[in-house]
Amino acid sequence: MSTYEPVLLARIHKEQSHTLDSYLADGGYESFKKALGMTPVEVTTLVKDSGLRGRGGAGFPTGLKWTFLPKDHPGPIYLAVNGDESEPGTFNNRILLEKDPHQVLEGIAISCYAIRSNTAYLYLRYEYGAAWRALQKAVAECYEKGIFGKNVFGSGFDLDVRLHRGAAAYICGEETGLIESLEGKRAWPRIKPPFPAIEGLFRKPTIVNNIETMACVTQILKRGVEWFKSIGVPPDPNNPRDAGSYGPKLYCLSGHVNKPGCYEVPLGITARQLIEEYGGGVPGGRGIKAVVPGGISMGFLAPSELDTPLDFNGPGKVGCLGLGTAAVVVIDDQTSMVDVVYNTARFFAHESCGQCTPCREGTNWMQRILHRIRSGQGRMEDLDLLLEVSGGIGMMPGTTICGLADGAGWPVKNAIRKFRSEFEEYIQSGRSTIKPCELIGAH
Amino acid sequence: MTVLSDDLRARIVAEFPKYPNKRAVTLPALHLVHDELRHVSTGAIEEIAELLELHPSEVHDTMTFYQFFRTEENPLGKHRVWVCRSISCGLRGGEELLAHMCEKLHVTPGGTTEDGKITLEFAECLGVCDGAPCVLVNEDCVHNVTHEMADKLISELKA
Repeated sequence: MSTYEPVLLARIHKEQSHTLDSYLADGGYESFKKALGMTPVEVTTLVKDSGLRGRGGAGFPTGLKWTFLPKDHPGPIYLAVNGDESEPGTFNNRILLEKDPHQVLEGIAISCYAIRSNTAYLYLRYEYGAAWRALQKAVAECYEKGIFGKNVFGSGFDLDVRLHRGAAAYICGEETGLIESLEGKRAWPRIKPPFPAIEGLFRKPTIVNNIETMACVTQILKRGVEWFKSIGVPPDPNNPRDAGSYGPKLYCLSGHVNKPGCYEVPLGITARQLIEEYGGGVPGGRGIKAVVPGGISMGFLAPSELDTPLDFNGPGKVGCLGLGTAAVVVIDDQTSMVDVVYNTARFFAHESCGQCTPCREGTNWMQRILHRIRSGQGRMEDLDLLLEVSGGIGMMPGTTICGLADGAGWPVKNAIRKFRSEFEEYIQSGRSTIKPCELIGAH
Repeated sequence: MTVLSDDLRARIVAEFPKYPNKRAVTLPALHLVHDELRHVSTGAIEEIAELLELHPSEVHDTMTFYQFFRTEENPLGKHRVWVCRSISCGLRGGEELLAHMCEKLHVTPGGTTEDGKITLEFAECLGVCDGAPCVLVNEDCVHNVTHEMADKLISELKA
């Protein structure tokens, strides 16, 4: 097992870890004070130099994103913090917010200072009730102690942090969908450009960052750039576009493992290490059929690909969409891939926002074709039809505004390419694996 | 006779200073009304719109997009229970759990028990994959839910 000592999750097992008193006793908000002693440009440069890449899924370099804001803008500039964690398999934001909300709030305060924003909105998905209560309490504590509000710590910097609650829609995790939702509208993603850094929330320059990214910002200020860069994987010298995969990552392990949970390890751990060393293997000693590398929209790793490093480049090299949210879901060898892919297709058909026709229709077609296969009525040509639909919807083929459809198509494409013989055998057998319980639960 | 009480109106108005415009209070207002009345009626939509200086159709548009808010024809019961059916829960018995609870409560997903105590719904990933299968009961998630635990939960909520 790795000797890495968790930093982001260092406090979560302490009693009362969510309270301000406990956080202050552990040196809390000292990083924010340190930042206030620097210029905003210095803080931005520090974060840029650390190589921190956004933890929400796309992996865009955080400091670089901050520099896209217009210079000398009269304001207001907004920070929108994306806590709409809804990618199936992902739950690290929930743990951070329930157990250590101040670590996240401190990162928000530092980031606001760096981008010259006086107002942050934290958008939290509705389902996280306990995190919502913890945040409400934590924000109130900060206002009471003068950490938020006017002239914080006598620095002349004003800061407001507002909490905003979602209403159970996956699409609000897309940054411009989140912005639309915050503005009180349906969460239809916007056509880009303009990017949010130029024109975002309330038509003002806006930075959208993930919860885990905010916690990383706190730790980078506290421990320095060298510490952050000593963890993880440096850029691939053969890939000039690679920005490296530095720092710790909160991997969410679930599915068929003995010890599911959120594990903080350096970026670049392999799926096999995560499952065997942290997850305690598959229950009953069963074999692994497939592993989701980073939330279901990233596709699947086949058993032969389990030694792929889960950094920002690894999953892409074996045909997955990317690292995504680093939510690793283990699927054992007793499970039908047809059933698994149906589950993912049903999810996206339910969560497509309906704005772009290829996604609204395509996600439903994929679900219906997979339902036909699962009911024993599949035809061999359905597999090519699925590949055609899944390859035709999304930003990459250029048919949709946001990436939801790319994520909906990827697991379908990956599963058919990597497990085609299983699909063919399933169709030829004419059997059905629809369980009676699904008929009761069918909507 | 208004649909929204003075207290509810005051709580909606208290949200205004947090945003640069009133339209952004649409979701907070819908949540406040929905939590208290267990549905958002046409009358409530009109009154929210008036407070936010919007057309009722704008509030209705936002509200119906989320499929989260109930109309007066289909109000929530006293407790709202969500059973997760997404991948991690699905691999660990989420579908069976949902069917079990449907049978126990004599409802299909989305339905409310005859006594109005429990509304049962399926959920898409509740973000508690480390405790799969999981059930969200109002605001709190129950982890690793067995059928026996579900039965106990139902009798507690029905009490």
